[in-house]
Amino acid sequence: MDIAFYITAAVTVIATILVITRHNPVHALLYLNVSLLSHAMLFYLLGAPFAALLEIIIYAGAIMVLFIFVIMLLNLGKETEEQERKWLKMKVWIGPSLLAAILFAEFLVLVLWSESAAFGPKTVNPREVALSLFGVYMIGVELAAMLLMAAVVGAAHIGRHKRLVLHRFLKEEKEEHEEAVI
Amino acid sequence: MKSSVSIEMVMLLAGLLFALGIAGVIIRKNIIFMLLSVEIMLNASGLAFIAAGSHWGQPDGQVMFIFILAMAAAEVSIGLALILQIYHQHQSLDIDKLKEMNG
Repeated sequence: MDIAFYITAAVTVIATILVITRHNPVHALLYLNVSLLSHAMLFYLLGAPFAALLEIIIYAGAIMVLFIFVIMLLNLGKETEEQERKWLKMKVWIGPSLLAAILFAEFLVLVLWSESAAFGPKTVNPREVALSLFGVYMIGVELAAMLLMAAVVGAAHIGRHKRLVLHRFLKEEKEEHEEAVI
Repeated sequence: MKSSVSIEMVMLLAGLLFALGIAGVIIRKNIIFMLLSVEIMLNASGLAFIAAGSHWGQPDGQVMFIFILAMAAAEVSIGLALILQIYHQHQSLDIDKLKEMNG
């Protein structure tokens, strides 16, 4: 199954590169979806079928839908594409990319020259994950629940349109006040 | 369905994906693309956790991946709400125009 891993890894990397270089947001989103699906395939090959399912359901299903809705709401289309084409110039990205490439090359050398450990991926069943999640990591689950609650409240609060709503008496009072000022 | 690639290769892949995410955050000026790149980085760290967990045959890696997933969902919902507000107030997603933060 080596070859499956390498093919999937190549698909992941190519899709990710396409994500960060596309001009149109929807195209980038589609490539990100491909990247997430190949991540799920990698998880499956590494012996984590439960994580693969979660990746497809939550990431490729739910989070991508959120992104698509926001792009729909913002009406990002042709103008954004032109703008991006203007912004993404060679001189903008060549410097950071070179520095990041140097760091990655260092990482590559360190990893390839270190002692190789035998790697036999063992399949970890959902049962073991659940036992660990609701046993040892119970406090983590509760903290995650609080985090999600805070995220829901925060998103509802931030996303609200702040419109000035006045009672009709107050409105009349305000108009009178404005007239008096004029 | 087992692969016998070495753990170094998987970690290498995770590092490469993380570096691509960092590059995306740095080179893009549109805030939506920066959020997408942050997602890529979170995924890469999840891949590293899964690989380590299956290397040792322990469920902890997948547990950490589930926590990363919950964190990513929270982060995306807050981030997208912020993007909507920013767009309504500035009519633009250019981060150079947002540096004042005088909402």
